[in-house]
Amino acid sequence: MTVALTHTWFMFVRHLRNLVRQPVWIFILLVQPFFWLLLYSQLFRRIVELPGFGTNSYIEFLTPGIVVMTAFFTGSWNGMSMINDLDRGVIERFLATPASRSSLVLGHVAQASLNAVIQGIIILGIGFLMGARVAAGAAGWIVILLAAALVAACFSGLSNGIALMARREETMIAVTNFIGLPLLFVSSTLIAVALMPNWMEWAARFNPVEWGVRASRDVVTASTAWDNVALYLGLLAAVTAAMAAFATWCFRAYRRTL
Amino acid sequence: MAMIAVEGLEKTYGKNIRALDGTTFEVREGEVFGLLGPNGAGKSTTVRILATLTTPDSGCATVAGRDVVRKADRVRATIGYVPQQSGVDREGTGRENLTLQGHVQGMGGAALHERVDQLLEVLGLSEAADRVVRTYSGGMKRRLDVGLGLVHRPRVLYLDEPTTGLDPEARAAMWTELGRLAADESLTVLLTTHYLEEADSLADRLAIVSRGRIVAEGTPEELKRSLRGDAVTVELAEADGQAGDAERIVRGLQAVHDASVDGRTIRTRVAQGGTAVPVILSALEGAGIGVASVTVSRPSLDDVYLDVTGRDFHADDAAETEGAE
Repeated sequence: MTVALTHTWFMFVRHLRNLVRQPVWIFILLVQPFFWLLLYSQLFRRIVELPGFGTNSYIEFLTPGIVVMTAFFTGSWNGMSMINDLDRGVIERFLATPASRSSLVLGHVAQASLNAVIQGIIILGIGFLMGARVAAGAAGWIVILLAAALVAACFSGLSNGIALMARREETMIAVTNFIGLPLLFVSSTLIAVALMPNWMEWAARFNPVEWGVRASRDVVTASTAWDNVALYLGLLAAVTAAMAAFATWCFRAYRRTL
Repeated sequence: MAMIAVEGLEKTYGKNIRALDGTTFEVREGEVFGLLGPNGAGKSTTVRILATLTTPDSGCATVAGRDVVRKADRVRATIGYVPQQSGVDREGTGRENLTLQGHVQGMGGAALHERVDQLLEVLGLSEAADRVVRTYSGGMKRRLDVGLGLVHRPRVLYLDEPTTGLDPEARAAMWTELGRLAADESLTVLLTTHYLEEADSLADRLAIVSRGRIVAEGTPEELKRSLRGDAVTVELAEADGQAGDAERIVRGLQAVHDASVDGRTIRTRVAQGGTAVPVILSALEGAGIGVASVTVSRPSLDDVYLDVTGRDFHADDAAETEGAE
């Protein structure tokens, strides 16, 4: 166990270092959330005039949603770096050493989580400048960032699992696009739950993205229901563990095909 | 003592791609053992099994007395594996790659730091140590691959096609390097190659692999000696129709064991090159057949391969390479 954790740390540091060496990536990582926030808040500015938002500031409604959405994208594209490792023979090299098997997957997952947290801090900062306030204060920030980390880890696990099965960038891109947008739109990321069609509202209850959004949004509004927050974070933690298990299972399946 | 013992390995990919068909051999402690064969002969599959990356369908293999399937973790700490396809992280520096490899092998602290410095020095990578690997030349990257296999001072090193893709100059440099490393680190080395010259110059002993089986085994000298005698190659002056006659005449001579014809080139095997050449020349001259050139050569591993498999090494190699694509 300690070996697995230590090795996960080594792999995590490697991925992080590789990311830092790609200035374009850093730029996109930091600037993209800003664009989301700006574009959506302008496009949907008057939507809060409709009933059901619980606030009259769309930026306040949107900020936690964008944090979770960004985490979701970061996680679900994370499998691309696994494909890169597979193609370059990096995974095979480590498989011929006593390197912990799970660390080869969990290193990627940890890195996706950290990315999501960094992006989350930036979005919350920009949101703050644009007028969004987190009612629950520092505890609220922690909840939002924790939700982001969990959503990123959960979808990173799924994405790495798919990468290990597909092993081709093209397949990976197709699958990620196929599941990505529906999960985003079957959630209250951009729009109030009250305005969603009934069946969508019902379907959204099973969507981990929605769990992250609800937990995050709850701490932004004045009357935070902490039991709800705990419930959604708990659900996210459970599904994250399940996805990590799925990715590890895919990794074992991949090794059997060698 | 056998450092690597391989007994009756069989492996089939999919339904009918038979990669290994009862491969058996032993590598003694401290020797450089070569697996020589054309592409697709099953060399890489053998090494991948020994590196615990894949498992055989049947048969067994041990490294330092440990079973590669049941004691895989122990084996992984004993071996260094330099795969055919480089496994370096191109976005990391040479030093970072070596350090991480040491970490997952359970090393750390000053000992690892020193070992990494030493390897960078030995491999001639000191100046490039802190540059990312994507800026390295092919030869530098390959030397780093070797370094990754050596960080934890393994007792056994696998080199899977160590010089494929290198230019002749880099290849020669690599041969010198590998020979010295094997001695300095008192390693047992298992080398696969489809370069006959490479096996000849690096291996203490070697096995010729063809279609998943070992078809000959011994030192390069033993294998060549088993052919008995020298090769004499005669090139005729004129191409038109004389080759058949020439072959018959040469074949009839007592000094000649064997002869074959290819265009206007006649290849013969003789007991003693020096004494056979005048005999062959005078016989051909007597029949009025002009000779453009004669060469005498010690048998090469090409000849050994031709002898044991009945097929031409380079033709097999090219055919398998095409088949694989």
